[in-house]
Amino acid sequence: MESNGGATDVSSIRSEIETLKAAKSDIEQRISVLEAQLRETTINQQKTDTVSNGTCRSISTVYSDNSHGLSPDMIYRYSRHLLLPSFGVQGQSNLLKSSVLVVGAGGLGSSALLYLAACGVGRLGIVDHDVVELSNMHRQVIHTEAYIGQSKVKSAAAACRSINSSIQIIEHGEALRTSNALEILSQYDIVVDGTDNPPSRYLISDCCVVLGKPLVSGAAVGLEGQLTVYNYNGGPCYRCLFPTPPPTTACQRCADSGVLGVVPGIIGCLQALEAIKIASAVGEPLSGRMLLLDALSARIRIVKIRGRSSQCEACGENSAFTQDQFRNFDYEKFTQSPQFPLPLKLNLLSADSRISSKEYKERVDNGEAHVLVDVRPAHHFKIVSLPNSINIPLANLEARLHEISLAMKEEEKHKGSESSSGASVYAVCRRGNDSQRAVQYLHKMGFTSARDIVGGLESWGRDVDPHFPTY
Amino acid sequence: MQLTLEFGGGLELLCDSVKVHNVHVDLQNGAEKLTMKDLLSWVHTNLIKERPEMFMKGDSVRPGVLVLVNDCDWELSGQLDTTLEEKDVVVFISTLHGG
Ligand SMILES: [Zn+2]
Repeated sequence: MESNGGATDVSSIRSEIETLKAAKSDIEQRISVLEAQLRETTINQQKTDTVSNGTCRSISTVYSDNSHGLSPDMIYRYSRHLLLPSFGVQGQSNLLKSSVLVVGAGGLGSSALLYLAACGVGRLGIVDHDVVELSNMHRQVIHTEAYIGQSKVKSAAAACRSINSSIQIIEHGEALRTSNALEILSQYDIVVDGTDNPPSRYLISDCCVVLGKPLVSGAAVGLEGQLTVYNYNGGPCYRCLFPTPPPTTACQRCADSGVLGVVPGIIGCLQALEAIKIASAVGEPLSGRMLLLDALSARIRIVKIRGRSSQCEACGENSAFTQDQFRNFDYEKFTQSPQFPLPLKLNLLSADSRISSKEYKERVDNGEAHVLVDVRPAHHFKIVSLPNSINIPLANLEARLHEISLAMKEEEKHKGSESSSGASVYAVCRRGNDSQRAVQYLHKMGFTSARDIVGGLESWGRDVDPHFPTY
Repeated sequence: MQLTLEFGGGLELLCDSVKVHNVHVDLQNGAEKLTMKDLLSWVHTNLIKERPEMFMKGDSVRPGVLVLVNDCDWELSGQLDTTLEEKDVVVFISTLHGG
């Protein structure tokens, strides 16, 4: 391969990159601490100055004492807002006095937070318990590569501070649960939901109902987005619209279904817009209406939705959903889906119908006659696949069984002598669940030797070939 | 009766990934009007190609599906009893959770 190649070169380069990255991150952290200190010192200094001396200072004091309370710096920073007749000084002043909590610093939260920080929301809170990953970067634009492996809240807060150091940014580096939600949400005027699962959505909506906070709710998967404002001025809450949770199989996740990065970005921007309208008391929030974005056909449709339901268990006339009830409500049980989903790990087969990726590798190296069936959808297969595997998606297995028989005969012809018992069949998928379903079916259809590769391609990447891409 | 039916939020996957369907639905023998209830069973029979339980539950749509008749929540027009008219646009959309 390389002219003076050698694994040592590669590994020493890798290790030097790691060392430099660690040093870089330390330096960046130190810089942001010092910057914060500097800000603190300057502010204190200014305070002392104003108190202790100077005619010049007293003039600026006069400015900041005017009715709207905007300092000269603020007037300059937000001048383009102030110039808007429909927004103006009053809108900006309202915004600066308001507080917004963004739950989730992911795809939706990224753009929402950037604009909320920039526009001058007085106090901006961020809730997230996750860390930044490489697979987030295509859509979670608030994070930079330097923060991979670090907390999302920390990363998002640093980005917000670097845009606007004059507002208060509060980090809540924890998962939102019934035990802490009331305490956290009660510190803010408006809540922005940028989470990615049904239990969190019910939890946040119910908490907003109990506390009487407006909720700006957005969602995006694939090439579609949805947006509405709940619990605003007598409008419906999430439960009014969705009294019964959807079946878990109907809940697509970005990690499984994919998402075009810019789509949550658009919805997040619209969430910021709705929060700004509510906070500044300007315009008409999207309450009782829902915006549906279809990015593929470039269509946005705004539809009229039902009003508050008198039957609603959270906000209805006869409902008395209290803080205590909220604290004791089991949202994961209610929606039958986890708030912090771990990858599903099925165990459908007996041990002798399964094989580890390492063992499979040994058999390949020993020249065993076999057919490897990759049962992932075709668009997954196009991303990456093992050599000599054939792609028959699980959904088409029934119709394409003969292809396996053919491939087995072919293989036996080639490696005939060694395989008196015939070619064996292995099934593989992304994480090792569908491959078990496939093997169950294959057994039923007479392919009794079929086995699945435990943990799928993910385990191949982990245990056999660290250069094999994961997605 | 000419109707435009649209599926979104993943429901299109149940009908060959086609989002917009321009369809002609006949009134049932002797019926004077077409209701959403009639339309749902027509859709179930004629458009849904797989996993019907992802679309319907009982004689209505499954939880988590919004039904919009001419851009208006069907809760406001009588749900299953909503009467459809020529050239109406009916949207079925599954609520999204991702972010
Ligand atoms: Zn409600």
